[in-house]
Amino acid sequence: MQTNEKQIYMPSNDTIQIGHGSGGRLMHRLIDEVFAPLSGGGDDDSAILDIDASHLAVSTDSYVVQPVFFPGGDIGKLAVCGTVNDLAVMGATPKYLTVGFILEEGLSIDDLRRIVLSMAEAAAEAGVDIIAGDTKVVERGAADKAFINTAGIGVFEREPARLPIQPGDVVLVNGPIGDHGIAIMLAREKLPMGGDIVSDCAPLNGLIVEILDVCPEVRFIRDATRGGLAAVLNEITSGTGLNCEINELDIPINPPVAAACEVLGMEALYVANEGKIAVVVPEDAVNAVLGAMLAHRYGRGAAVVGCFVSGDGRVIGIGAADTRRIIEMPLADQLPRIC
Amino acid sequence: MDFLADFRRPEDIKRLADAITHRVEPSCDYVFMEVCGTHTMAIGRYGLRRLLPDNVRLISGPGCPVCVTPQRYVDTAIALARRANTAVFTFGDMMRVPGSSSTLSRAGSQGGTVRVVYSPNEAVSYASENPGTEVVFLGVGFETTTPVVAGSIVLAESFGLSNYRVLAAHKLIPQALEALCAPPELLLNGFILPAHVSAIIGSDAYKAVIEKYNVAGCIAGFEPSDILQGVLQLVKQVNEEKPRVENEYARVVKPEGNRKAQGLVALMFEPVDSEWRGIGVIPGSGLKLRPRYRKYDASEIEVEIEPTQENLDCRCGEILTGSILPGDCPLFGKACIPENPIGACMVSSEGTCAAYYKYRDV
Repeated sequence: MQTNEKQIYMPSNDTIQIGHGSGGRLMHRLIDEVFAPLSGGGDDDSAILDIDASHLAVSTDSYVVQPVFFPGGDIGKLAVCGTVNDLAVMGATPKYLTVGFILEEGLSIDDLRRIVLSMAEAAAEAGVDIIAGDTKVVERGAADKAFINTAGIGVFEREPARLPIQPGDVVLVNGPIGDHGIAIMLAREKLPMGGDIVSDCAPLNGLIVEILDVCPEVRFIRDATRGGLAAVLNEITSGTGLNCEINELDIPINPPVAAACEVLGMEALYVANEGKIAVVVPEDAVNAVLGAMLAHRYGRGAAVVGCFVSGDGRVIGIGAADTRRIIEMPLADQLPRIC
Repeated sequence: MDFLADFRRPEDIKRLADAITHRVEPSCDYVFMEVCGTHTMAIGRYGLRRLLPDNVRLISGPGCPVCVTPQRYVDTAIALARRANTAVFTFGDMMRVPGSSSTLSRAGSQGGTVRVVYSPNEAVSYASENPGTEVVFLGVGFETTTPVVAGSIVLAESFGLSNYRVLAAHKLIPQALEALCAPPELLLNGFILPAHVSAIIGSDAYKAVIEKYNVAGCIAGFEPSDILQGVLQLVKQVNEEKPRVENEYARVVKPEGNRKAQGLVALMFEPVDSEWRGIGVIPGSGLKLRPRYRKYDASEIEVEIEPTQENLDCRCGEILTGSILPGDCPLFGKACIPENPIGACMVSSEGTCAAYYKYRDV
């Protein structure tokens, strides 16, 4: 069935709701219908600029995660890794970041120091310099401890091939999905589930260099953040005129994360990650790319999860006993089950 | 036991699908209702309908607590959210259910106080930290959820709170089954009985209705081989003309259920006639707080509620009783989609229309 593309779902007397920030279809409608006058840069992870002879990538992102400290990281590490990854997936070498803080009155200085040190460590690992910053403080209650914005600049040291995806191209992920979103949810809701679930937050520029070294003809790389692997696969697939067929049994998931998803009534495919990429490569390059990923610290657990076939822009999940279902772009954040 | 992988093995799914195909009498039709919305979602997610022979039809029932809650309840919740010094706490599913003119999500974004929580105990914590705020928890759910809500009242009592209340809309499944079976033109051969509700009420709780109406019954878990095993057992019951209550989910469900949970609920709640959206009033199918717990009853709060305006084109009611399929509703997939739901069935994570839309044919 077709949705009515001309229907406007955001009348002027409507208001912003939480679902508009979730990275799913509600957010995309907001961007299409309200932010359209500002969309000069396209909808890739980073914009590509040509200034004189320099070919640059620029990206910006804001971080509002709660709680600010969680197993495996904190808002600071997230802010650095998120923008580094947005530049790296475009094929650029991340070089410089700016950072803007909005701090809530009453935030402890110790907590702020922890966040800043964490950012410095992440920046050092990623090999980027933080070169400019800003700080604002708002009254107690006007922010939730800290909000951080980072902007980043990367340089193209090699020109990505940017060939279109073709039938037969293969999809890989660099490891198990769902760790970050579940770690955050368990921490935020203080749910006493075991399993030592930890965010996968990590700078992936080093891994991406290894991939590009063995396969300069990579078709597409994108990080699977809000909306999970399902969102990024839908973003990659729409507009290709192909279908992306995913073998659901091949998707790596850590058993405690799978169990937590079942208890909460969620699907790991839609859970946020902060250290996972979907990589689309020509089928001849699969072994080389898989080998390069598995040999890297942030590629352990890498796996082939599917491939592209002729179709009409949909992502299809193939399950046990060859059952098939559409894996659609999520609407908004998943909500835990009632019963 | 690996609770997930052991019940999702491809070879078991194939074996069970084949067994069902071999067992059905070719000239018979088998119509089974999966009562629980989570079963509807699981059947869609694992593509199970397509594994069944053509003469086995699964229809979806009213097992979506949000879907069967009358629109007036949603309007009441919205009115409470807008009330001064009041905070409404709710499970997430209620947020986007259409009321007569708004939703809880919109009311929250326009100045009302609405919070989504995983557990009602969070609402109790908020109430104890904010003594000047009347905290209302939306008690929507079947027998799985009611003990949790009852537990939150125990917690509020232990804190000595006077500002925590529950707007109770809890409903009972066995009474709903009775209402579904009662019409003489019943075409159902059997029920796939709920998993988690049964864990609380026990398999014995279904005996009366199953024996009275001679329909097959099998409690099944949520994994693909659970559901297929359940269907196989229902087919056998129909073939042998020996309808009874069977329990495929024996690893979790006992005949007597969870006595402690049942006791807690019985202490605080009493049965009451309850309106189910699309079905009407079913006697004794709801729960109300006992007079002793009146101070925790949010229905005692005076608030002005707008007149109920139902969307007359919405056919959720017929979908909830399995009379029609989502595709039979003219709004389905066109004017009514998840980003613009007309009825609760398209919003809830256990809604039949939401399940059919999400797992529509490839």
